[in-house]
Amino acid sequence: MPERNSVEIKSVSKVFGFGEYAVAAVDHVSVSIRENEFFTLLGPSGCGKTTLLRLIAGFEFPSRGEIVLAGENIAAMPPYKRPINTVFQNYALFPHMTVAENIGFGLQMLGRPKAEISARVSEMLKLVRMEHLAGRRTSQISGGQQQRVALARALAPQPKVLLLDEPLSALDYKLRKEMQIELKRLQAETGITFIFVTHDQEEALTMSDRIAVMSSGKILQIGSPHDIYDTPADRFVADFIGETNFLAAKVIAPGEGNATVELASGLTLNASAGPGLSAGDAATVVVRPEHASLSRPDAAIVLPALSGAVSNVVYFGTDTHYHVHLDGGETFIVRSQNRVMRHDPFETGDPVKVVFEPGAARVLRT
Amino acid sequence: MARRFDIRRQTGFTTIAMIVFFALYLPIAVLVVFAFNAGDSLSVWEGFSLHWFERAMENGAVIDASLRSLQIAGVAAVVATIAATMAALATTRTEPYPGLTFKYAFINQPLMIPEIVTAVALLIFFSRIKIWTGYDGLAYLIVAHTAFCVPFAYLPIRARLESMDLTLERAAADLYATPWNTFRYVTLPLLWPGILAGFMLAFVISLDDVVITNFVKSGGQDTLPTYMLGQMRRAITPEMNAISAVFLLISIAIVTVFFFVNRKRA
Amino acid sequence: MAERDALSLIEAERRRDIRSRWLLSTPALLIILFAALGPLFIVLVYSFLTPGDYGDVKWTFSTEGWVSVFLQRDIFDDTLTIADAHLTIFWRSIKLSLMTTVVTLIVGFPTAYFIATRSERTRELWLFLITIPFWTNLLIRTLAMLVVIRNEGLINTMLIRFGLIDQPLQMLFTDGAILAGMVYVYLPLMVLPLYASMEKLDFRLIEAGYDLYATPFRVLTRIIIPLVKPGMIAGSILVFIPSLGAYVTPSILGGGKNLMIGNLIELQFGAGRNWPLGSALSIALMLIVMVALLAYVRNAGSSGVKHG
Repeated sequence: MPERNSVEIKSVSKVFGFGEYAVAAVDHVSVSIRENEFFTLLGPSGCGKTTLLRLIAGFEFPSRGEIVLAGENIAAMPPYKRPINTVFQNYALFPHMTVAENIGFGLQMLGRPKAEISARVSEMLKLVRMEHLAGRRTSQISGGQQQRVALARALAPQPKVLLLDEPLSALDYKLRKEMQIELKRLQAETGITFIFVTHDQEEALTMSDRIAVMSSGKILQIGSPHDIYDTPADRFVADFIGETNFLAAKVIAPGEGNATVELASGLTLNASAGPGLSAGDAATVVVRPEHASLSRPDAAIVLPALSGAVSNVVYFGTDTHYHVHLDGGETFIVRSQNRVMRHDPFETGDPVKVVFEPGAARVLRT
Repeated sequence: MARRFDIRRQTGFTTIAMIVFFALYLPIAVLVVFAFNAGDSLSVWEGFSLHWFERAMENGAVIDASLRSLQIAGVAAVVATIAATMAALATTRTEPYPGLTFKYAFINQPLMIPEIVTAVALLIFFSRIKIWTGYDGLAYLIVAHTAFCVPFAYLPIRARLESMDLTLERAAADLYATPWNTFRYVTLPLLWPGILAGFMLAFVISLDDVVITNFVKSGGQDTLPTYMLGQMRRAITPEMNAISAVFLLISIAIVTVFFFVNRKRA
Repeated sequence: MAERDALSLIEAERRRDIRSRWLLSTPALLIILFAALGPLFIVLVYSFLTPGDYGDVKWTFSTEGWVSVFLQRDIFDDTLTIADAHLTIFWRSIKLSLMTTVVTLIVGFPTAYFIATRSERTRELWLFLITIPFWTNLLIRTLAMLVVIRNEGLINTMLIRFGLIDQPLQMLFTDGAILAGMVYVYLPLMVLPLYASMEKLDFRLIEAGYDLYATPFRVLTRIIIPLVKPGMIAGSILVFIPSLGAYVTPSILGGGKNLMIGNLIELQFGAGRNWPLGSALSIALMLIVMVALLAYVRNAGSSGVKHG
């Protein structure tokens, strides 16, 4: 079965302000979101992800471009006509209504018969496991419960698309973890397209089918969590998602999806590469800390290695980070998982070699 | 044991505050106490009696003025609250648009002008109209009261609107509520305490007005405050105290309700 | 082309929104135009007319109303001299209003601070107590003051009974009585905005002050007062403006002699039968108030930026 598109965003821009004060919060963004997909807009605050979400919801209207839903351009349609519902960051539950009244509100506004509404409300209460609190005021329930009510309320009218605006940001760490799993379950059970906005890369990586990384109103890369993490398209993406070591390099021979580069230490290596590289260019080689390891300088090593000395050891419980001061002056962080039996740990001041497989490195434009 | 150091403490402040509260309530207390005086002195106690309350109740002029006061305040407060609610909806929660600042200034204008000036202006204006139309009924007072009540009703309603979470209405629109349904099911229920507070404020302000009423009223249109003002220029008997005590009771009842309505928002 | 359609749709939506906003505010604007703001222009016009014989005006242009605000014309030889009586009244009004503002500020500040530093629950009660007089008829509060300070009033009765004086002190019908009355009547107007700004005070800043070796007095002058200055300014303007235009309080407590501007204006529309002069005086009063308000707006603007 071919995958069909749910929402298509075609060259959409949103400009705030006029003349020389004009700022493009969303700048010529095009993206197709597939049906039944968990799609995440990820980026730092101010990158335009929330504006893009509000454009899809209909709280803002694009300055340019089209938003197509089921073949229809809805760019100028008011929010109450769009079959799209939102889970708001602060939940926006109606304080003067009960939990059940909140959940039934959308259906009531759609003019559905009373019997259908109450049946659907019970169904939703069950879905989010809130049956016992149906008659409560929204001010009388906890943050996590409010979150569930907000979800139920948005899902009750069976929208084509559900928008989630950083819905987990107000919850504490444990509850957030629980809700991440809960959201995945709800998406799988309802089969509704989820568009999720977050600045939390971990949230994005664990829940999404695909992620769009945004910065300054533009989408930098769209891909699966795997693609985004392992083969970032540019330096910003590599830097924003996870921790990364950056090494200065010079392109010797660019290839098709890979490149041969020379590092500052004189080491030459061939690794996968992002777009836009030509021979002689300065480039950046990125290596994830967990993809490298440390060796004693006298160990026999066949892999590419960089020599230096341990400058700092930071203990994290599950693992330890070694900050290595490379001979060329750069700093390289190596993450090593802690085990019960550990012999001969590295200490500050030890001379070491940093070792990684060429497959762990990726060459990007500086 | 040494007293714990209190970072909030400022020497003498509590004493001054206590004196202020005492001074604030002493004259009112004296006024009320002597409403129950058996004799006709306002400062020498001659025994307890409800005599002066009975006198006031039997005084046709007092009853007449009270009913007129309530009538004017009722109509003026309702009209002012409706107008103020509409104006508050029109002037809040929007990007600035041409004329917005003008509207603020215009609506709050009666608060900026000394009452005596407005009173004089209305005296001149209405006396012209009275000559042209020959009508000299209560409408002048009601219109004048409505005008100065509008900003008082407007203030709490606007404050309530501005503290209201805009995302609630967005949520309603997101859940298929048309603009009218959003207003009816979300905005209005949430705004209601503000409207009630605005109404009560307007009602009390109208009930209390002396200056404008005194200038605008035609013969035989005394309200309770203007009647009292007239009496105060003559000899004062405890009957005035009795009227004041009842008036006070009404004010306190209203302020109590207002206080609780406003507290609910928290 | 689709882009252009979307844009014009949005623009049309915005225009429709603004139009409905104007429509919604029309009733309020009309009421105020008709019965508050509009008539002020008639006052301006009247100030340039000639007094009628039995009140009202004759429709002939004259600057006499304005001239006689500050000058008086001799009945016999038409020479102009300074109108001492008017100047005295203006001076008394401004002096008493300033004094009222200062006194309410001095006693209102500790009171507001006291309320703001109570625990959450008792604070409501104290606030309630300060609000009640605010809602109570001004006339009744003035009457209460009158009953206490008049010659047969509580204070004099007490003093005579305890043998401290033989003759009652003449407190009523003095400038002091007006001042006391206005302080009494307008105090809540000072306390409420002061309280509002003190309630927002971050007491960790005071802790920081003490941590950095400030004495309680230094904390008051260097931390608390600068932070609650907007409230002090707002309270002052709220007290000053009605004091300047006060009519009821001076007419009851000041008697016939100690007039303020408000009484002088009333006089022109009553016994004086000089409506143009009354109109000119009204406009003059309004101008003084405007100046005070402008000063306030400029002040509030600059201090508002500082404290967010």
